[in-house]
Amino acid sequence: MNALTSLDRPNSYIGRSVPRPNAKRLLAGRGRYVTDFVLPRMLHVAYVRSPYAHARIVSIDAQAAREMPGVKLVATGQDLARLCTPWVGTMDHFKGMKSPPQLPLPVDKVVWSGQAVVAVVADTRALAEDAAETVAIEFDELPVVVDIDAARMPGSPVISPELGSNLCFHGKIDTGGVDDVFANAAHIVEEEFHFGRHTAVTMEPRAIIADYDASEQQLTVHHATQTPYQFQDIYSRHYGIPESRVRVIAPDIGGSFGMKLHMYHEDMAVVGLSIMLGRPVKYVADRIESFVSDIHARDHRVRARMAVDADGEILAMDVEDVTAIGAFSAYPRTSVVEGNQVYRLMGAPYTFRNYRADLQVVFQNKVQMSQYRAVGHPIACAVTERLVDMIAAKTARDVFEIRSGNLIPDDAYPCTSPTGYQFEALSHHACLAKLRQMMDYDRLRAEQAQLRSKGIHRGIGIATFVEITNPGPAFYGVGGARISSQDGAIIKITPSGDVRCLISVTELGQGTETIIGQIVAEHLGVDRNRIKVITGDTETTPHGGATYACRGAGIGGETALQAALKLKANVLSVAGAILQEASEKLDIQNGWIIDAATMHPRVELAEIARIVYFRSDTLPPGTQAQLSVTHHYAPQGYPFAFTNGVQGCHLELDVETGLVNILKVWVVEDCGRIINPLLVDEQIRGGVVQGLGAAFFEECAYGDNGQLTNGSLADYLVPMAVEMPDIEIGHVETPTLDTQLGAKGVGEAGTAAASAAALNAVNDAMAPFGGSIAQLPMTPARILKALGHI
Amino acid sequence: MSEPINVSMTVNGSRVSCGVEPRSTLADFLRQTLALTGTHTGCEMGVCGACLVVVDGRVVHSCLMFAVQAGGSVIETVEGLTERAAIADLQDAFHLRNALQCGFCTPGMLMTAYSLLSQPGIPTRDEIRDALSGNYCRCTGYEAIVDAIENVARDRDAASIAQTREEAGA
Ligand code: FES
Ligand code: FES
Repeated sequence: MNALTSLDRPNSYIGRSVPRPNAKRLLAGRGRYVTDFVLPRMLHVAYVRSPYAHARIVSIDAQAAREMPGVKLVATGQDLARLCTPWVGTMDHFKGMKSPPQLPLPVDKVVWSGQAVVAVVADTRALAEDAAETVAIEFDELPVVVDIDAARMPGSPVISPELGSNLCFHGKIDTGGVDDVFANAAHIVEEEFHFGRHTAVTMEPRAIIADYDASEQQLTVHHATQTPYQFQDIYSRHYGIPESRVRVIAPDIGGSFGMKLHMYHEDMAVVGLSIMLGRPVKYVADRIESFVSDIHARDHRVRARMAVDADGEILAMDVEDVTAIGAFSAYPRTSVVEGNQVYRLMGAPYTFRNYRADLQVVFQNKVQMSQYRAVGHPIACAVTERLVDMIAAKTARDVFEIRSGNLIPDDAYPCTSPTGYQFEALSHHACLAKLRQMMDYDRLRAEQAQLRSKGIHRGIGIATFVEITNPGPAFYGVGGARISSQDGAIIKITPSGDVRCLISVTELGQGTETIIGQIVAEHLGVDRNRIKVITGDTETTPHGGATYACRGAGIGGETALQAALKLKANVLSVAGAILQEASEKLDIQNGWIIDAATMHPRVELAEIARIVYFRSDTLPPGTQAQLSVTHHYAPQGYPFAFTNGVQGCHLELDVETGLVNILKVWVVEDCGRIINPLLVDEQIRGGVVQGLGAAFFEECAYGDNGQLTNGSLADYLVPMAVEMPDIEIGHVETPTLDTQLGAKGVGEAGTAAASAAALNAVNDAMAPFGGSIAQLPMTPARILKALGHI
Repeated sequence: MSEPINVSMTVNGSRVSCGVEPRSTLADFLRQTLALTGTHTGCEMGVCGACLVVVDGRVVHSCLMFAVQAGGSVIETVEGLTERAAIADLQDAFHLRNALQCGFCTPGMLMTAYSLLSQPGIPTRDEIRDALSGNYCRCTGYEAIVDAIENVARDRDAASIAQTREEAGA
């Protein structure tokens, strides 16, 4: 007889692949994205943008625009500065970091090409654009700061002279002893890496409608964002509207990936425009505007070296990262987090203890760089894993062997990384072994050798990683940013025995509402079809962190779990009173109150609800039933729940053209307790493809004058279906013991290591030619150059 | 030049007649005038595939066509195909396989799949990936979409074989 698994219990949903109830609506074309919204008397804004990367605004002549058909308002930086207080993208825990104040629209100068300067509001977007074309802005060009080295040279033009230099932040980590280790090492490998800028290219661009009602001093913002509470706080504070009168609604969102949690100037301006007009104002970025105003990601030059002893044991790493972030640090999360994670995550999977790193975060005249999926991880992973492969080559070891000799043993936890990250429990070796078997590694190597003799050049690359998930207040809160690391849920039982859960984590298509429904169903004891999960509205859901840094399942999920247990206790208490039974002897299953020992059904949950809501007169005196609960959960214990895993990449390189055909990718991932394998795997696949985009295609190309030269979807290459491989996924499950749920995050794992594995695979394919590459994206031209063909 | 021009067309089975600005694209007309917001725009230059609709039996980019050019045409959007259950199996397969996340690319993906599977035979995975080469998706990594379309192709083929057998047997 087959043993029963935990999934055979009634209402067992955690660990089960169930599809997303809310996906059917999207499939029927009934999604409701901000882009789709039309409000009564709604107006549209178009922005006049700067053609220069750095220039003083001499004058603005908007008279002609004001007289154009349908135009309701033309507003400049001065107009909005009267309503909106400036913001500064710094956090206290980044000691010494600086950034200039920002306003919705600039008042005296522009600092990147594409910066919005004048807002034109009209009856339709087309009319607003027509009028915007007639606005004449006179600029006085200033010297442009683009290059990361030139920006830091003495005598370089300083973008914000009040800050004294173009250096936003300088960080150092030094465990000591690094020079000695390198002096005595048997081998040293070193490399200079370049990581280009890329950007989110969400399918739905940024979209926002601000609707200010002066009669009630009420601001309602329909905002395609992953963090509505953060924006409620920002709009309230910067426009001086009480928080209770600011409502931010995040409906269906067409992709986000970290891009839609930053403050954008156009979005802030829309709020002010609505206040000025007393009418709803809508802004939807078109694709070209997205390229010049959405945050860009990465942009690092890393010089790194690694020391190893004669036995192939890694001893130390020495790293210098220079990253360029645009003319200011993004708000409210800052643009230092990316570099901070790069230099703290270096070498994190390995045992070595000696580490030194220098991080410089530099201002330049480009659009802001800030957090995007897998913040910093792909850089730290690619640098570390490439150096490890270089050591393998230098010491004539296999790439699996060098890793199994140096990864932190699976039984060595808890432990810390040289940079102070605390690891509760990771499973590098289990993952590595599983990957080897999934890849059928030995066969691939044999095949590779065989094909090489036929002039076919395949490459095999692997990359281990750790990922930061479930961040506590150490991430933002301690730095003074008003970004919550806790979440809140309200769960109610309706009079007919259905369940509504309003929770602060948000849905972006990753499946938040589905997994929250699974967790509540399992822990309350009801069928998941009877549960409605509601997210994305600050008016109805409790304040919480929402969605960032892989926290939805781990923190939001635990919030839902604890809330469900609290509600269950309330239900059983009133059921006990009704049934004249001790509540400990009762349980809930399939929407029935049952005898916990015999599983015998006693009374339906719906009947309890009916009595509570309509016949409280029949309850024993003194019974005040609580069929709604509010519960908050803030992570305690470890500052972050680290996950880990390893990826493998198999590809074929055409050495004549430099083109790469990605044959297959494997991922073994340990995100702790898996709530829904179907959704977890698709998070990983989507993440891997974003990582492969960065590895091979995506780059925001700039000219020396600070002009973005490929700002359209025809010029900026994104990964498409034909170029992408099938991706095989395996799991190791090491639940965190910090929560009852045991879940960690998974949304960024795919992106964290995909480009590193690809980099190693391309270098592996090139090995017989003696070439090597250390720049992403690995375009055909760069590959041919590495091969010495051009 | 921006005076509205009267156009008539059939959209999702209904006759539509109204004035449109000459510069209005078919995508904008469907979305804004007819409130058929299931058709999306992601690039407005013919590369992302979010705006695909059926015009006179062919799947076309509604962002690349002016509404006035569609005068006299028969147009179907995701709403129309849904209502007449023409893509119900595809929608089910996408749902079960979780072949969508944010859903913004999805109507366009369904259009491409609808068109591909109207050809006889079962496409290979490579052929499916090839057919999707004009549909950008940032969320899924494509594999689930390929799986879903492949599953429907197999099911439809099996159903048609069964039907042929039944007819032959009858
Ligand atoms: S909007 Fe038509 S192809 Fe992108
Ligand atoms: S599901 Fe989001 S773009 Fe495809």
